[in-house]
Formats: sequence, structure tokens, C-alpha cells
Amino acid sequence: MNPLAPIGRVILTFLQAVGAISGFAFQAIRHLVTPPWYFGLIGRQMMSIGYFSLPVVGLTALFTGMVLALQIYEGSSRFNAESTVAAIVVVGLTRELGPVLAGLMLAGRVGAAIAAEVGTMRVTEQIDALTTLSTNPFKYLVVPRVLAGTVTLPALVLVADIIGVFGGYLVSTQKLGFNPATYLQNTVDYLETNDVVSGLVKAGVFGFIVALMGCYHGYHSKGGAQGVGRATTNAVVSASILILIANYFVTEAFFGTK
Amino acid sequence: MADTPKIRLRDVHKRFGPKTVLDGVDLDVGRAESMVIIGGSGSGKSVTLKCILGLIHPDKGAIEIDGQPTVDLAAREREQVNARIGMLFQGSALFDSLKVWENVAFGLVQGRGISRADAKPVAIQTLGQVGLGPEVGELNPAELSGGMQKRVALARAIAAKPEIIFFDEPTTGLDPIMADVINDLIVACVRRLGATAVSITHDLASARKIADRIAMIYKGRIIWQGSVKEIDNSGNPYVDQFIHGRAEGPIKMDVFRP
Repeated sequence: MNPLAPIGRVILTFLQAVGAISGFAFQAIRHLVTPPWYFGLIGRQMMSIGYFSLPVVGLTALFTGMVLALQIYEGSSRFNAESTVAAIVVVGLTRELGPVLAGLMLAGRVGAAIAAEVGTMRVTEQIDALTTLSTNPFKYLVVPRVLAGTVTLPALVLVADIIGVFGGYLVSTQKLGFNPATYLQNTVDYLETNDVVSGLVKAGVFGFIVALMGCYHGYHSKGGAQGVGRATTNAVVSASILILIANYFVTEAFFGTK
Repeated sequence: MADTPKIRLRDVHKRFGPKTVLDGVDLDVGRAESMVIIGGSGSGKSVTLKCILGLIHPDKGAIEIDGQPTVDLAAREREQVNARIGMLFQGSALFDSLKVWENVAFGLVQGRGISRADAKPVAIQTLGQVGLGPEVGELNPAELSGGMQKRVALARAIAAKPEIIFFDEPTTGLDPIMADVINDLIVACVRRLGATAVSITHDLASARKIADRIAMIYKGRIIWQGSVKEIDNSGNPYVDQFIHGRAEGPIKMDVFRP
């Protein structure tokens, strides 16, 4: 057997997956911009993906902000630079930790749920039933979820940013002895519009990725319960990896030339 | 045009990887005729049905409905064709996120654009035709027994008064009495609508009850077809073995014997 064959097989499988996911994404976008739109379903998905993810994303942001303040204080005190805590907390949260952690939490909570739901519909022939009832499954299942993911994650991240900064403020003022007014003034002074905007753009991209991966793996699941389980795992893993990869490229696009 | 069959299949082939599932299926189904396709597991029954419905694209061959080719239809044209078709799936394939009446009204609301308020009385009336009261309409599919789910699926299939109805293993998994109830309902509904019906089953009692004509598929080809009366004297050894359920005969099952 040719020793290069396994490598070639892996590369071919990878390229096949990239092609299939790109085609799926293209179809999703095409259906996104053409009628009919199911506004009721879009609203329901926004509630499910956005509103009901608020507790988990909020808690993540709160404790991340608190830990960040502690860590930065401990590290910066070695150089007598404790005054930078507020600036680093707000910039770190808005640019990176807010969108990335919210994206990863959403991949676990929402990506898995979408893959399980759509996958179960696939293996129980409910998606075939949609087709026979003259309803395009892409428009009915994929578009509402992808649109809701793309729109609601930025909103979630905006809230998470505020909660995270509050967490840092809480630890800094109650435990580390910072003056509340000075801390808030430093936060406002060091925060730039671009910090928030880049974070929100990242959130939109991550939301699209999470919903798309959930739909893609669910839509193509087969083989009963085991297949749905595999689809769920693949949705979470692939969304998480793609979020980290996309994070680099969006960061490069916003801050790479500076 | 009077002689044009409602459904015509000519030389339909389908392979999945190395496995040939359909190997040149030829079949005509007349208007208002009830055709039952019998055959063992893996003989190509379900794939034949899914090819006619457009859920699977055949590799080769022609499929016509009312003399119009349907194999390479665009999505919108396929939706128009499917609007004239009803389908009862083997596992019922009810949408578990919707109430029973919403399932029954789905084709009317999504496929034909009728308002929910107008579609609900039609759904309740159609549930009545399959022996289910209006109170069942407010339940979720998960709250129903297998037999009731089959009835709801039948109601969903006939709610939009289709010209063609497909039944995929309509009595599988039901006790003999409930199976007979479903058979009676199928016969009554098809007659009331004057619809063309194509059913696939390996339940001979069901086939005898609902069929005008029976076709047997074996290894992806129609090997015999005739009226219900002719099946007991088909002179075909494959049909004889199948209808008598004999292990010995020309049909060999792959059974592992230690």
C-alpha cells in the first residue's frame, strides 16, 4: 500500500467537507435573501437562541470580568502598573473574551440543540415530509436559525460586555481597593468605538457559524440515534474550531495593519 | 391524453455507491387506481417512491406525472407538483413541535397560503374523517399512540385533497386490528377523493385490501404486476414464495449460519 495514500485520503475528505459546507452556506445565504420568509419562526428562534442564552452568557461574562481584574491586577502590580486594570478589562472583554466566550458557549448550548433537533427531523423523515408538503426545508429550518444566530449573538455580546465590565468593576472596587469613579473614568477613557464594533462583527460571524454548523450537521445526519449524537458532537466541535479560526481573521481585518 | 397514465416510470436506475438499488424500474399507474408495490426489505420499494416524490434523484430513466417529466424540475416547479401529492410516511413523520391540528393544516397553511384561522376548521374536519375528535387536535403528537399518529398522518396526507397519495408501509408496527382500521380508512379516503394511490408494503393482508393492482419489485426491477385476483395464480415463483412467506425458493436471504 502506498504510504502517502492515508494522507491523500485525509486531504480529500477535508476538501470534500470544505466544499460541502461552503455549498450549504451559499444555499443558506441564497434562501436568506429570497422570499418567502417565515417571520414567526425567525422570532421564535431569536427567543430560543438569544434570549434563553442570556443567563449562561451573562454568567460567563460576569466571572470572566472578575477573574480578568484579579489576574491583571496581580500581573501589573509587578511593574507598578495597577492603573491599567480598568483599560485592559474593558478592551480585553469587548475585543476578544466577550465575543469568543459567548460564541463558544453558544456553540455548546445552541449549536448542539440545533443539530439534535434538525438531525432528529432528518432521521424521522420530518424533513422529507416538509418537502412533500411543498415547503422548502432550507427556508423553513435553516434560514430562521442562521438569521437568528447572526443577529442575536451581537446583542448577547453587547450585554455580556456590560456585565463583564461590571464584574471587573465589582472586584476592583470591592476587593482591590480601586476608587469607583476613577475606575469608571479609566474604562470610558480607554474604550474606543472600534473595540466594540470589532467585537460585535465577530459576534455576528460566530453566530452565523454556530447556527450554520448546527443546521449542516443535523441536516446531513443519518443512522438513527447514533447518527444524531454524532451530528451533535460534530456541530459543537466544528463550530468551536471555526470560531477560533475566524477570530484570527476578523482580528487581522480590524487591527492587523496597525 | 385519455390513455396517459397518472404516473409513469421508465427504466429508472439508482445506485448508492457500489449498491444498485433500482435497476430499470418500469411502472404505469392509472388515474384513480390504487397500486400496491410489494417486495422484501431492501428491494427498492422506498427508493422508488422517493424518486417519484423528488426526494431522491434517479441516476437514469424517466418519471412522468400526467405525462409531464418530473425528474429535473426546478425547486419551484417541484413544489407545484408536490402540492398535488399527499404522503403518509412509515413512521408518520409528524412535526413534534406543532400541535396535531397544525400538523394536519400544515400543507394548507404553508403550501397553499391559507390563513391559520381558515385552515383550522378544515384540519378538525379532516381529523373527523379519520375517526379522531376535535380534542385530539389540541394535543402534541408525542401524546398519541402509534395508531392515532398514523391516523393523524393520514389526515395530513389528505387534508389538501391531493390528486395522488403515497403510502409508505402504512400498517407497519400496528396491531392487526388497528392495521385493518388504517386499511379501511385508506380505502375510504382514496375513494372519496378519487385520488390515485401508490402504496408500498410487505403486509399482504393490507395489499389485498387497498390495492386495485399489485406490482412486485425484486432486486430493483418490477418482476410481476397484475390485479389483486391474479396474485394467487401469478405463475411467478418469486411472487408465490413472497405471498406464502416461504424461506425456500428463488429469493435467497443473506442469513449468517454459524
